[in-house]
Amino acid sequence: MTTGSFTNHEPDVFGIGHEADLIRVRKVLRAEAETAGLNLVDATKLITAGSELARNILNYATGGRGRIRVEQIHREGRRGVRATFSDDGPGIEDIDAALTDGFSTRGSLGLGLPGAQRLVDDMTITSDTTSGTTVVIVKWER
Amino acid sequence: MTEDVVPVMRIGDTLLVALQGDLDDTTVIRIEEQLTREIANTSATGMLIDVSRLSVVDSFIARVLARIVAMVRLLGAQAAVVGIQPAVAITLVELGVPMGHLDTALTAEQGLALLQRLRRDDTGTDLP
Repeated sequence: MTTGSFTNHEPDVFGIGHEADLIRVRKVLRAEAETAGLNLVDATKLITAGSELARNILNYATGGRGRIRVEQIHREGRRGVRATFSDDGPGIEDIDAALTDGFSTRGSLGLGLPGAQRLVDDMTITSDTTSGTTVVIVKWER
Repeated sequence: MTEDVVPVMRIGDTLLVALQGDLDDTTVIRIEEQLTREIANTSATGMLIDVSRLSVVDSFIARVLARIVAMVRLLGAQAAVVGIQPAVAITLVELGVPMGHLDTALTAEQGLALLQRLRRDDTGTDLP
């Protein structure tokens, strides 16, 4: 799903592969949320959702590695932030189950994906067992 | 790992811990270990965990906070989380982290009063 267009503001793109990247993800999302004019609550929701998705990569992706891309988006005069989290596998077998509260293959609370989805305006997941998983989240300014 | 990660202040029988900065998972776990040690090694009967300077509390941090409170109780003391920022509270509720069983207060002062009350009410049964 496509939401909005790019601006000249360069997107942030970097790898996720270490716990310290959780903090980097939060920091970048905070800066981009400010640029997009998100209020404090919406910024906090976006950062928290991103933190959950980055941790998913560390915990579930092959080698605990993946990438994030964060960019400013515009639509009908509104500004927003789009963050794309991707990894190279092993893929989510059952996306519907993974989006269910309490579903976890690791004995955690299973709040990561469904929780992140509730915190953002739009979340799309594409996943297959050959190319890995991509999760895109979008948060608009109010 | 036995080195201290957070400064712990003692006020009477209560330990006051102020968490701050951006916490990665390892740091959160080390804080948990340190606080469990502090309660076990001191005769403190209460612990206040001040999170007012945490601008992000995700499900992992929230889960460990709940675990710390549970452990403090197991060790015979009372614990409360104080100063959750409104934006963080809203986010935690939507995230779906079950924290309803946590004793919380807005400020450290109210937290101290809450601990007093919990100690008084503590008759060996679990409080709701």
